[in-house]
Amino acid sequence: MPVLNIYKLNKAFESRVRLGIMSVLMVNDSLDFNSLKELLKVTDGNLASHTSALEKEGFIHISKQFIGKKTSTTYSATKVGMKAFETHLDALEKILKNRR
Amino acid sequence: METDQQHIEALQDIRHMMKQSTRFLSLSGLSGVLIGFYALIGAYFGNQVISNYQRNGNPGAFTFEYTTLLKECAWISALVLVFSLLTALFFSMRNAKKTGANRFDHTARRLMLNMMIPLVAGGMFCLALVVNGPQMLGLIIPSMLIFYGLALVNGSKYTLNDIRYLGLMEIVLGIAASFFMVDGLIFWIVGFGILHILYGTYMWWKYERK
Repeated sequence: MPVLNIYKLNKAFESRVRLGIMSVLMVNDSLDFNSLKELLKVTDGNLASHTSALEKEGFIHISKQFIGKKTSTTYSATKVGMKAFETHLDALEKILKNRR
Repeated sequence: METDQQHIEALQDIRHMMKQSTRFLSLSGLSGVLIGFYALIGAYFGNQVISNYQRNGNPGAFTFEYTTLLKECAWISALVLVFSLLTALFFSMRNAKKTGANRFDHTARRLMLNMMIPLVAGGMFCLALVVNGPQMLGLIIPSMLIFYGLALVNGSKYTLNDIRYLGLMEIVLGIAASFFMVDGLIFWIVGFGILHILYGTYMWWKYERK
């Protein structure tokens, strides 16, 4: 049984930063780059690489808008992403339950 | 097992991020206590203004004394409101600084917006009560309590959940006050003064005591 559960853990969510990004976007409709950066306490480059990885998986949606001359990037979770994240959480919980 | 520990930490991280990213957690109980005292000071001056008016033999609506009474009461309420807002802001920012949270992030903005909706509606309604003449004045304090309570209940989704119960108590008090309009000031003292002081102390005890 535990082997099966481990397969359900999603590789895309293995890093702490990615877990953080997904958790925040699960409960917020959308969030901009700076808010996300401050919440997760990560550097610009770090956040950018993780968000683009999640976007490639189709788990989050990135939209860029111009506000004056500056670009503002906002992030939101896609339906696929939410589903995948929930499955991942269920797997985590099951693993812990089975161990006890 | 090491991986178990990692999974537990991951789950705790997730829960923490979900809470921190949706709720403004830097509210301070101390500001509640101070706001309560401002309300009591306001009630003291309000009481003086009103008894002054009554000593003049209750001159009646739309006399000079009547408009003065309204003006002075409006000034007192406005001062209490401004000082209360400044105090809440000051202590929240101090708390945010301590915990390293961003001082005015999207959770703070969301909390403000969601409290402002019932508060502005209540403010407009109270203004309408004043405009509608003297027999409506008794409903001002009950309306303030009810709308303030609604603002707290609405705001509680975006900050510490404890605010919800304070809001419910304010609403109950406001409804009670609307049936006993003569004792408006007593309800003001209990709702804005005593409840704030007690609840502020409780919140401080629960979250900030070291």
